[in-house]
Amino acid sequence: MVESSEVRVVRCGGSRINVAAPVISVDSRFLLCASGDLVKVFSTSTEEWVHVLQGHTNVVTGITLNPANQLQVYSSSADGTVRLWDFTDGILIKTFVIGYPIATLLVSNKHEGILFLVVPAKDNSNSECLQLVAAHVPKTLEQEVEVRELSSVLPNISPNPRAVGFGREGEYIASAEGLKLIVYFFRDQKPYRFNLSKSTKKGAKNTFTCVSCHPKDDCVATGHEDGKIRLWRNFNQKKEYTYTTLHWHHSVVNTLCFTPEGTTLLSGGIESVLVQWQYDRNSKYILPRLGGSITHISVSADGSLFTTSHSDNKITVIQSNLKVSAVIQGLVKGEAVHTDLVIDPRSKALVLNGKPGHLQFYSLQRDKQLYNLDIVQQEYIYQEGLDQYEVVKAAFDAHGSCLATVEERGKKLSDTEITLKFWDYNETAQRYTLTCQKVFCAVWISTLNILYFSSFVLNTTVMTPHDNRITSMCFFPTAETTMVVTTARDGCFKAWLLGQESDTEKQGTDGPSWSCDFVGRYHDLQPTNCCFSADGSLLAVSFQEVITIWNPETWELLTTLCQPPGNIKDLCFGRLSCSRYLLATTTKNMLCCWNLLTCSLEWSTSIAVTLLKADPLSENMAVFTLQKEQTDLFVFKPCEPRPLFTQNALCVGEVQRAIFVPREEPLDNCDESSLWLNRSQLYCLTENMDLLAFTTKIEDDSLISRKLVCNLTLIVFEKHIKRVSCSIFCLVTINPVCHLLPTQAVIDDSVAVTPFYLLLGKHRQREQEMCGLPVTEQQGRAQLPQGSVAVREVRSRVPWKCLVMVYSTRSRVVLLLIFVCVCVCVCVCVLFYTFSCYTRRLMSCPQRPSYATCL
Amino acid sequence: MTAFKPTRVPVIPQLGEKVTEDALYWRSYKSPVQIKEFGAVTKIHFSPLSPHNYAVTASTRVQIFGPNSHEPLRSFSRFKGSAYSGSFRADGRLLVAGSDEGLVRLFDVGGRVALRQFTGHSKSVRVTSFLSDGFRIVSGSDDLSSRVWDVSTAQEVAALGEHSDYIRALATSSRNPDVFITGSYDHTLRVWDARLERCVMKMEHGQPVEGVLLYPSEGLLVSTGGQHVKVWDLLKGGQQLVSLKNHHKTVTCVCLSTHSNRLLTGSLDRHVKVYSSSYKVVHTFDYEASVLSLAVAPDDGIVAVGMTNGVLSLRHRKPSEEQEVDGRKRRGPSYRMFVKGRNYTPKQDDFVVRKSLKHHLKKHDRLLKSFKVSEALDSALEVGPAVCVAVLIELERRGTLRNAVAGREEESITPLLNFLLRFITDPRFSRILLSVAHVVVDVYQQVVSQSPVMERLLQRLLECLGREIDYQQELLQVLGILDTLFASATPAAGVTTLQTCEIALNVSHFCTRIQIKSTTTPRLRTWRV
Repeated sequence: MVESSEVRVVRCGGSRINVAAPVISVDSRFLLCASGDLVKVFSTSTEEWVHVLQGHTNVVTGITLNPANQLQVYSSSADGTVRLWDFTDGILIKTFVIGYPIATLLVSNKHEGILFLVVPAKDNSNSECLQLVAAHVPKTLEQEVEVRELSSVLPNISPNPRAVGFGREGEYIASAEGLKLIVYFFRDQKPYRFNLSKSTKKGAKNTFTCVSCHPKDDCVATGHEDGKIRLWRNFNQKKEYTYTTLHWHHSVVNTLCFTPEGTTLLSGGIESVLVQWQYDRNSKYILPRLGGSITHISVSADGSLFTTSHSDNKITVIQSNLKVSAVIQGLVKGEAVHTDLVIDPRSKALVLNGKPGHLQFYSLQRDKQLYNLDIVQQEYIYQEGLDQYEVVKAAFDAHGSCLATVEERGKKLSDTEITLKFWDYNETAQRYTLTCQKVFCAVWISTLNILYFSSFVLNTTVMTPHDNRITSMCFFPTAETTMVVTTARDGCFKAWLLGQESDTEKQGTDGPSWSCDFVGRYHDLQPTNCCFSADGSLLAVSFQEVITIWNPETWELLTTLCQPPGNIKDLCFGRLSCSRYLLATTTKNMLCCWNLLTCSLEWSTSIAVTLLKADPLSENMAVFTLQKEQTDLFVFKPCEPRPLFTQNALCVGEVQRAIFVPREEPLDNCDESSLWLNRSQLYCLTENMDLLAFTTKIEDDSLISRKLVCNLTLIVFEKHIKRVSCSIFCLVTINPVCHLLPTQAVIDDSVAVTPFYLLLGKHRQREQEMCGLPVTEQQGRAQLPQGSVAVREVRSRVPWKCLVMVYSTRSRVVLLLIFVCVCVCVCVCVLFYTFSCYTRRLMSCPQRPSYATCL
Repeated sequence: MTAFKPTRVPVIPQLGEKVTEDALYWRSYKSPVQIKEFGAVTKIHFSPLSPHNYAVTASTRVQIFGPNSHEPLRSFSRFKGSAYSGSFRADGRLLVAGSDEGLVRLFDVGGRVALRQFTGHSKSVRVTSFLSDGFRIVSGSDDLSSRVWDVSTAQEVAALGEHSDYIRALATSSRNPDVFITGSYDHTLRVWDARLERCVMKMEHGQPVEGVLLYPSEGLLVSTGGQHVKVWDLLKGGQQLVSLKNHHKTVTCVCLSTHSNRLLTGSLDRHVKVYSSSYKVVHTFDYEASVLSLAVAPDDGIVAVGMTNGVLSLRHRKPSEEQEVDGRKRRGPSYRMFVKGRNYTPKQDDFVVRKSLKHHLKKHDRLLKSFKVSEALDSALEVGPAVCVAVLIELERRGTLRNAVAGREEESITPLLNFLLRFITDPRFSRILLSVAHVVVDVYQQVVSQSPVMERLLQRLLECLGREIDYQQELLQVLGILDTLFASATPAAGVTTLQTCEIALNVSHFCTRIQIKSTTTPRLRTWRV
């Protein structure tokens, strides 16, 4: 994948966390879930990620706890390996090479040392046909083991991982495929098959979708396409089996799960309602409106916590009294991103379509969704084939104080309903509904200027701003005028202006609202794109094959440019030294550049351009081209003939969206090929919704160091001891309180040391400055309100006071003594911890591991 | 788990004029009480003292009415000809009136006989007033002169004759007892000083002056005459500030309200207009005859208008809202007031557990939440058009409009059909209501003939839509004519959006569906300049 030695393409987070059912650790403190090639360990109480188990080279398809040791976890992947991890420390213990891509992984308490895997059937040429095999784990000392002993258990397994399940502590296994249910007893090696009729009388659709077996009873629950749940009993006799039917879901039952005690059955489907059925009783409880449709349900070992995975890349942690306790939200990805990738200028977050009817604000640095903004503000009905509002356009003004969104409905209907909304950033209505731990994070983050918990307030709603679909929307680039231009397929473009507050007649309304200022047309052609020049003095609107240049102040048509064969696809002005150029791409695979001073075509090339993007901070332009089903990237300046950077075979398929994200601090990298990445970073979204980023080597180094910090091994501790002996004091005291340290390490971007060190430095600085001038740095740092209860809570928890106390004593002797004491204590602690870890791993591993695996 | 989002009821644009605070204030008068006099009511004057009795001059007498009774408290009818301009002194105890025979009479409000008679005018005295010291009277007459009289001696103090036509308007200054202003049919306004016995300032109105009014600040002077109302700045030496032409007949009278000094003018065109401080008309009262005299009670409690047909019309102010609130039965404190520990303030280390707020949903939202679409529609129909349309849009979005409409009996479909009948031609709602009508026709196609009620309602709906089509067609024709006119008049290009076209298209589509034999299908064209 990597061609150039300097610039690298990395996949940057945002992968799906709802592929496999999440697993809760035995003590209910951690939640493990598969996320792309990784297994992520989250804390169930703080919702932050604690570890990343890294090692698979393809998508992780299943995770289960090791029945022999509950602190270890097996993960299976499509790369044909099963890996065993210690998730509390984030260390890979063993790798089992199977050789086939694994679809599902199952283990059972009864069958120790056997992994049940769903792999493609060998003998059959049809690759879609799957079979269940049992793999005996060989007991060897090597870290990487090849497993050859595979014995087939059941053929014809459904690819759906929810359609297989163990029953009664592993005595039998139930599998459903199509209209068939197979129950296989291990003792008598005999499968029982049950068929349901195909008839669709009274709207019945009997196809099986999921299976779950009662842990104590001989009872199998199956979910069906028409929303029925059947409880099968007495199935070890072929003839006399019975089933009872539970029916609440109105469409497909996606997943079923019994609690470990077997008292309740949980079911979830497309309507995103968690239904808790009382086993042996005819009562049920429901928990509605959880988010996207439920894809997986899992229950912790003691039954106190449930988790549900949702189709909108979310995991919800629910207590057994049906109260949501935590939500882990990844980057929501639908089939397509209708709104382009947009950067919120205020929080520097990536903004794109989120949940249906929402915009999501996603932090690229933290790989975490910051918040969702409800645009449509309507109840979303989870029903297939229903035509609902979707956010299709979003744009921010230069400072991020205004947001304009377009939502539309009516994909299939002839008359579309379009709404244009204007939002104001409201600084007073910031969200403080955070838990203590989160506020603590926010304190840190506000010092690093990464995150603002912001919210937008609706200013104006324009119903039917255009008669047909809106094709593009852009804000005036400078802050003097707040103007939005929209172009639509009804043949006109409109300029919207924020009204003046001096209007004395409007005393009743609060604040200025938006109104239409100008409607422009050009020869009944359909406008496709619009773009302002960097200083806002020109507006370019492309009407099919013609580009028109307007003066936004007088609305005078200045000139028209028409040359290219084919309609204009993308349009953008050059910036800075190249501001005299206007670039456009056409549907006939042309990239054209006009000189606006001479109003003539400067140059044009014929390449199959899919996307043209301009860097807001430099002259650079990025062009993605599609050749032989592979995307190439060219970065160039409009005034120079040679491209600055070329990346061949970036990915398979088309790049759908891309954006230059301005950096917080420009890199001082002077290598020629990566010079263009100094001011801003390029992100792109591929056809299969992978978010790719272009990074330089320097950045990667810092990334690696960040990962090291992430892993939180003892090595890091030791490093800290060497650097600042006092910071460890702080670390040790705070870490048992809440699991925050890894999070901070992740947040911290540029500094490899933990933020505590940073803080410590500040304290030291203040100490020095206090002798001279009184410094008001305290007020500058803490941006949260002083009186807030939550903040007070945090303050009392953080041992800053101790630190300050330590430093404020002037006597150096005392200081030295305390330092020595602390160092000794810490060393003892660390040694003890190392020893305990080592011994625990020794106890837990079936074989004696090599020294390298432990550290 | 997110909360249920209630149905969004959009703020529908209000048709007609904008509701301002002034409009609300002036609208809150009751419908007028009418008292019939013998002749045209030429002057109404409120006593400055509470209880604000008012003198009404009509025909040959001056009557005094109380603010609450509609019977005269006193009547002065010793005039041989018509009486004019009965006005109170500042203490409300003396009343002066002119008459046709050239006499000025002075009455005690408590007594019945005239206290003094001032003789000297040769023709009828149309305007009289007290000067602000209360000891002198000024009068203006048709003999082109205005005179100042001493009350105690009944002697003429001064005679001022510079006007060249009848004097029909008079205003006295309340700050300076020697200054008064007269307006005459010779189109001029003159400011007089009784000490100098000559005119000190002259202004040209341009039409015969019918009324003069001095603002309480005495910096501004208002004169009416012809169709114009003019405001003059006395401090700038009689410079004209504004000229208003809001009436289409002669403006006969002018007065000020107490509430933020609004100017009111009455005219022969049967309207009384209220002006804002920037001289824009904020409210208009309509009367059945030409207005001759106008007065507002000092507390704005009554707007009294006298008309040519001899009717005195009184509008009383509605009691204000606050009194209603006081009158309403107050609810006792709620249960939560008595719950212990309510006033407890948390200490520094306390962890406050907030009580989760309970969101109350409207009835239709509650029903929608539990997917009871038909009942939700029923409950929304009882509320109001905006809510009902919002619910219909919501049902359409959910794809359950057909379910909500179907399966109804005669009595439960009637409210829906009535709603459609009332609002289907409203351009704000017609988009959704037309599709609702489509669904109704689709669902009940088979059974319409079995129910006479429904058949009648559908027939009416049909007629209503037919009328609407004709109307739209006419509008489009007018629009076409206008557009050609505009196109020839203005060189700059502008674009007209024709939302009405769309509606007309929809309506016509619907009508053809339910088989109207429309002879002319509207030919719709988009007009563009």
